[in-house]
Amino acid sequence: MRLTVNGREHLESGDGLSVAALVERLTEARRGVAVAVNGTVVPRSTWDDARLADGDAVEVLTAAQGG
Amino acid sequence: MFFGESRLILGTGGANSLSALEEAIRASGTELVTVALRRVDAAGPGLLPMLDRLGVRVLPNTAGCYTAGDAIKTAHLARDAFETDLIKLEVIGDERTLLPDGVELLAAAEKLVTDGFTVLPYTTDDPILARRLADVGCAAVMPAGSPIGSGLGISNPHHIRLIRQSVEIPVILDAGIGTASDAALAMELGCDAVLIASAITRADDPAGMAAAMRHAVAGGRLAHESGRIPRRFHAVASTSDDGLARW
Repeated sequence: MRLTVNGREHLESGDGLSVAALVERLTEARRGVAVAVNGTVVPRSTWDDARLADGDAVEVLTAAQGG
Repeated sequence: MFFGESRLILGTGGANSLSALEEAIRASGTELVTVALRRVDAAGPGLLPMLDRLGVRVLPNTAGCYTAGDAIKTAHLARDAFETDLIKLEVIGDERTLLPDGVELLAAAEKLVTDGFTVLPYTTDDPILARRLADVGCAAVMPAGSPIGSGLGISNPHHIRLIRQSVEIPVILDAGIGTASDAALAMELGCDAVLIASAITRADDPAGMAAAMRHAVAGGRLAHESGRIPRRFHAVASTSDDGLARW
């Protein structure tokens, strides 16, 4: 499965990776993280069940200094 | 009030390091700091745990958004990430000036209010736009004193005063403060709070400047509440002539 994660190509063997599992690959934090898939917000309460598909573009975001 | 007793909201942009930022937060006495939303690989993990440890509330912002659509999406992501309805709404029209795009800003504010957010819009010093933002349900208005990071202070104090008179919601001066006297002036003009980022984070001594700002905000607010003397064209002697010796 080929994904774009935070602007970079990300390859996963197999299908049906959950959003929760992808977030775990990128950060240890559970709080303070937000995810959008193909431009749509995926609420944290649905991360375990939300499955990614080939070609999905994912943004995994958190707090940074700013403002 | 969402800014607490402090009346000084600290912007976290521009700090050299997390430890410098921490010292500045402590010295400022702030209870509310802004954060932006960025990719995890760019952001690093340390900011939120540090803010939690210091016990300050987080005010997410939509920094980097140039359209209402982007700002609305960013606000929803921020609400999911930080579990707060507070959002500092920035919709910028121009990279060089970083001035707000009033048209996009108003559209985004109206939508986000409908979506249940507590919207704090970063706006211009135009009293008409401020009133429009209040009318669509924003929780405060945050007019710029001068462009972000410019340190030019309050370019048009008259307009800030007009904004204060035009809306009932809190007025929070946001952007352009350069040094302590600018912050004191904002409070003397009737602002309820100020948001300061660069003036503190990029000062030679951020913790020192943070302390200065703390005093300036407190002093300016007290002065505002204490009924200043009017400005007069001519002198008024402070010493009575009664009992003056005559030679």
